[in-house]
Parts: sequence; structure tokens; C-alpha cells
Amino acid sequence: MNTLLNNKLTGNKDQTVSFLILAAVLFVFFPLIFDIFRLNMVAKYLSLSFAAVGLVLCWGYGGILSLGQGVFWGLGGYAMAAFLKLEAAANIAKEAGSDQIKALSTIGLPDFMDWNQITELPYIWYPFKSFPITMVMILVLPGIVAYIIGVAMFKRRVSGVYFAIITQALCWIMEILFVTRQGWTGGINGITDLRTCLGWDIRTDSAQYILYFLTVALVLGMIIVGKLILQSKLGRLLVATRDMENRVRFSGYDAADFKIFIFCLSGVISSIGGAMFALNVGFMSPKLVTIEPSIYMVIFCAFGGRLSLVGAVYGTLIVCFGRTFFSELFPESWMFLMGTTFVLITMVFPRGVAGIVEDYGPRLLALFRKRSAGAEDLRIVKQAGVS
Amino acid sequence: MTLKDFVLSIEGLTVSFDGFKAVNDVSLYVEQGALHVVIGPNGAGKTTLLDLICGKTRPTAGSINFLGHELTQMPEQKIVQAGVGRKFQTPSIYPALTVFENLEISFPRGRSVFGALTFKRDKAVMERVHDIADMIFLKDQLDTLGEVLSHGQKQWLEIGMLLIADPELLLLDEPVAGMSVDERQQTGDLLNKICKERSVLIIEHDMNFVREIAHRVTVLHQGAVLAEGSMEHIETNEKVIEVYLGH
Repeated sequence: MNTLLNNKLTGNKDQTVSFLILAAVLFVFFPLIFDIFRLNMVAKYLSLSFAAVGLVLCWGYGGILSLGQGVFWGLGGYAMAAFLKLEAAANIAKEAGSDQIKALSTIGLPDFMDWNQITELPYIWYPFKSFPITMVMILVLPGIVAYIIGVAMFKRRVSGVYFAIITQALCWIMEILFVTRQGWTGGINGITDLRTCLGWDIRTDSAQYILYFLTVALVLGMIIVGKLILQSKLGRLLVATRDMENRVRFSGYDAADFKIFIFCLSGVISSIGGAMFALNVGFMSPKLVTIEPSIYMVIFCAFGGRLSLVGAVYGTLIVCFGRTFFSELFPESWMFLMGTTFVLITMVFPRGVAGIVEDYGPRLLALFRKRSAGAEDLRIVKQAGVS
Repeated sequence: MTLKDFVLSIEGLTVSFDGFKAVNDVSLYVEQGALHVVIGPNGAGKTTLLDLICGKTRPTAGSINFLGHELTQMPEQKIVQAGVGRKFQTPSIYPALTVFENLEISFPRGRSVFGALTFKRDKAVMERVHDIADMIFLKDQLDTLGEVLSHGQKQWLEIGMLLIADPELLLLDEPVAGMSVDERQQTGDLLNKICKERSVLIIEHDMNFVREIAHRVTVLHQGAVLAEGSMEHIETNEKVIEVYLGH
């Protein structure tokens, strides 16, 4: 029964072990060693790792390199932020007589709308008045956008580098759109000053603890969803399409459908991460959804190993911590150090951190076993000598 | 013989690439249960002809009728679903999947996204995969990754991937290219076996092999049909000797 469950969930024992180790690190180890400030930082990084997990599915297995995951991530983030912002605005409206309220001309509207001479809530903000509808939007919005792009591109057999360029352009479009429609989106500053979610203050330590664990649970949940899909025939079809798209087509499949599906799914997974980011960090800005963060997401995925869902999370954490560490230590040259590391890891270990673990893990383990076996022998010899 | 007896009727088929006619007004009929071979010098349009039948390339003019379906108007996967299987010149198998998985993916069930998600490896699938693996001499290699198979084994695997879908018509582009003498013999036996239940259209260069297996031969030259008939007939045709077989 246990093995059956293992098979169902992860396919083989090694993968189960690596999944459980990740769960233990995130659920137990980090909360033990980090204070809430650092833990919140991890939660922020983990929110980004959703995009990397999505990329493992669509790039690693589906062969679709998307340089626009930030767009989907941002849609989820903005949807969540919009809901939180409306709630914040409603709360401010209740505090009659406060300074904040005196500064506003239209009470109950998000502050940035007021600054942009908007006096009525724009229609596109209406769905975000309701929490359940916001939740649905977080899942559906990126799905729809990804579906439209997917149908337009994959049915026309646009792929490879051309597709990557188009997704990159998408980031650009989204940034321009969100920066220029200031009254609707908060412009370059984004949506800031988010405080409560359904009356629950998300800035307190306890809330940040809970949000951290929620983020961890969701990321692990996404990994399980990914594993289940890769276990199904669809997973094998993705690999088949990646390597031999023509053969798949001439085996009676519409290869585009599978690409569209996995592209949409990876978009939705990213979007959930964006929503968690808005909750963990308390703001959302167009700088987080543009080209640079999208490329970072690809780096997270490549660094962790693009065929490893678990690796994607490690990749994100290592690169993000590395970024913080290097930039604190070498403020002048950290970009070069990061760049060199990326080049080296892709050249020497094309399968990323996961590849290193897979290649050297067993050897290390064997070495360790030999050592301890050696120590055992030595002890026996010693004991024999003594007696 | 009426039109009904032909599995495939190609009439007046032409494809022009920027004015160059790779296939020029070709008509060709494949009988039910026949092993029909197309030969011809390099650049004669043989592979293009198969590309046209399976929908990889679209014709400029002409028609391809397969059991009542007009193939020139159908997308590739529909052509496959109607019962046409295509083997490519360079073996196209999935390198990262095992022989078992290669065959399983080609099993004609669960071809939609939802179907693929809910696909179950049940008894019918297992049996069929084992039967086919047995037939293509790979029953001991079921767990081997596609990429580590030998060239000949890859060719067999691709034929097996077509067979598992049980097509009415098989299009094989040089199925014995790069095979050893023994492997070629085995492939010949395999082809004789499979054409009992279906029709096979083969492109081949190896004249000894063609002599052994062909029921009927069409010679293409510069995109057009040069001669057609039995192998003895072809081998004595002067035009064919001149442009292809040599003196």
C-alpha cells in the first residue's frame, strides 16, 4: 500500500526521499534556524519558486522555453493585491477624521486612484471586491492569457526561440500597460500598503509565520500536482513532443494541445506564487513582472535542474540567497560573480543542482558507507588486539 | 478493378516549391494487401510523395484518396487516425522513453489532453505492447531507453509504433537502411507478415531487398512516374535501366 502510494505520488523511491527532505527543510529546518525576518524572506523566495516549478513542467519536460513567466506570476500577484487594496481602502474609509482620510477626495477608493483623479472604481476592479471571485481570478486569468497565447502560437507551430522572444515581448507589453495605466494599476509604484486579508492583519509576526507555512504547503502541493501529471501518459507525451514533435503528430496526436495545456498549467502555478508574494510581502509592482524577473525565473529553474521539480525550489532559494549574500559582500562586483556562477553551472552541470545530487549523491553515499564500514573493521581489529 | 479495391488512389498529384515541381502529375494506386515499392534516383520525389500522403507537405494540385477520405484536406493527426502510419527515413523514436513507453504512447487510445491524463496502463495495453514487441524482435528490450538501441532496432521500433495503431496503410521510408544482412532478412519477413492484414507503401534503394519483397514497383524520376509494374517488368524496362538501374 505504501509503495503504491509512493508510485502514485512520485514514481520512485529517490524522488520520494528528495521530496520528503525538501518538506522537512521547509517545514522544520528553516523555522528552527531563522527568525521571522529571515523566514519572511524565505517565504518571498518561495513565492518566486512557483514560477520555477511551472518552468520545469513547461520548459524541462515540454520543451517550451517561456521568458514570460513573470506575466502570469504578476497576474496572480496583482489580482491578490487588488483584493487586499480594496479591503485596505474600505478600512481607511471607516477611520473618519484620520490624516489619511483627510488627504483623500473620494473616500473608499484605493489611494493611487484618488491621486490620479479617478472618482469611481473602474469596472475591471469589480471582481476583486469579493474574496472567492479573486481566488478564481488568480487561477483563471493567467489560464486565459496563456491559452490565448498558446493557441495563437502552438497551433501555428511557432516554437523554440521564436516563442521565447514573443513571451519576452509579452513582459514588456505588460510592464508598459501597468506603468502607463496609473489610475488602474498604481503605475510604477504598483499596489502598496496592503495590510489585512479578510480582517486578518498580515503584517504581524504570527500572520507571517502562518503565511510562510501556507506558502510551503502550496509549493509542495504544486510539486505533487506536477509529479502526478508527469506520471500520467501526458507526462510521457510531453517528453515525446519535446524530443520528436513530428513523430507525436504522426502518431495521431495534436501536439499543440499538449503544449497549450502545459503552458497554461505552468502559468497558473506561477500565478499562485504571485498571489502568495502579495500576501507575504504586502505589495506588488510592475518591476516584479517584467523581463528581468522573468529571466531570473528561468535561471532559478536551470540552476535547480530543469528536469527536477524539487530542484526548482532549491534553485530558487540558492540563487536568491546567493544574490543577497553576494550583493552584501561585494556591492561592486556581485553581478559578475552571479553571472560567472550561472555560466559555470550551465556549462559544467547542465542538469543543475539536481544533476549534481544525482551524479555525486550515490558516490558520496557509497564513500560514506565505505568509511563507516572501514571504521567498523578498524574497531573490530582493535577489539581483537585488546582481547 | 474498381476504385474500391484500392486502398490509396493518388491522381494527378503535383507539388511545386517556388516553381520547382518535386512531384509532377503523379498517379499511383495501391491495392489492398499489396506491398508496393517506390524506387528512383536521388531527388526523384520519393520522400516528398510520402510527405504529401501523410500531410506533412500540402500538394499544389491533385488528389489523394484513402478509403474514401480526401487526405489533402486533413490535418496530420486526422490522417493518422483514419489509418495511415508513416515511418520516417531517419528513425524517429522517442529517445528519452523506454521501448515499452514508446510503444504505449503509440497505442491508439487517450489521444486528447484529458484522455492522456486519465490513461490507464491496463491489460489490453500491456498485451498489445508485448505482442508488438515480440513481432519486432524487441521483447527483451522493453525497459531499454530508445536512445541506446542500435540503428536497426530503432527502425524496428518505429515500425512497431506504427503497427500498434493498427493502420490500414503503412508508409515506410527506407526501412532497411543501415541494417545488417541478418537484420534485413528479419525485416523482410516482418514486412511479409504485416502486409497480410494491411497495405504497405515502401521507399527503398536496396534493389536486392526490393526484388525479395515487392509485389508491385513504381519508378519515379524527376518527380514523375517513369514506369510501373512487377519487378521483372521494371528490371527489363530500358528507360529505367538508363536513368536508375544502370547497365
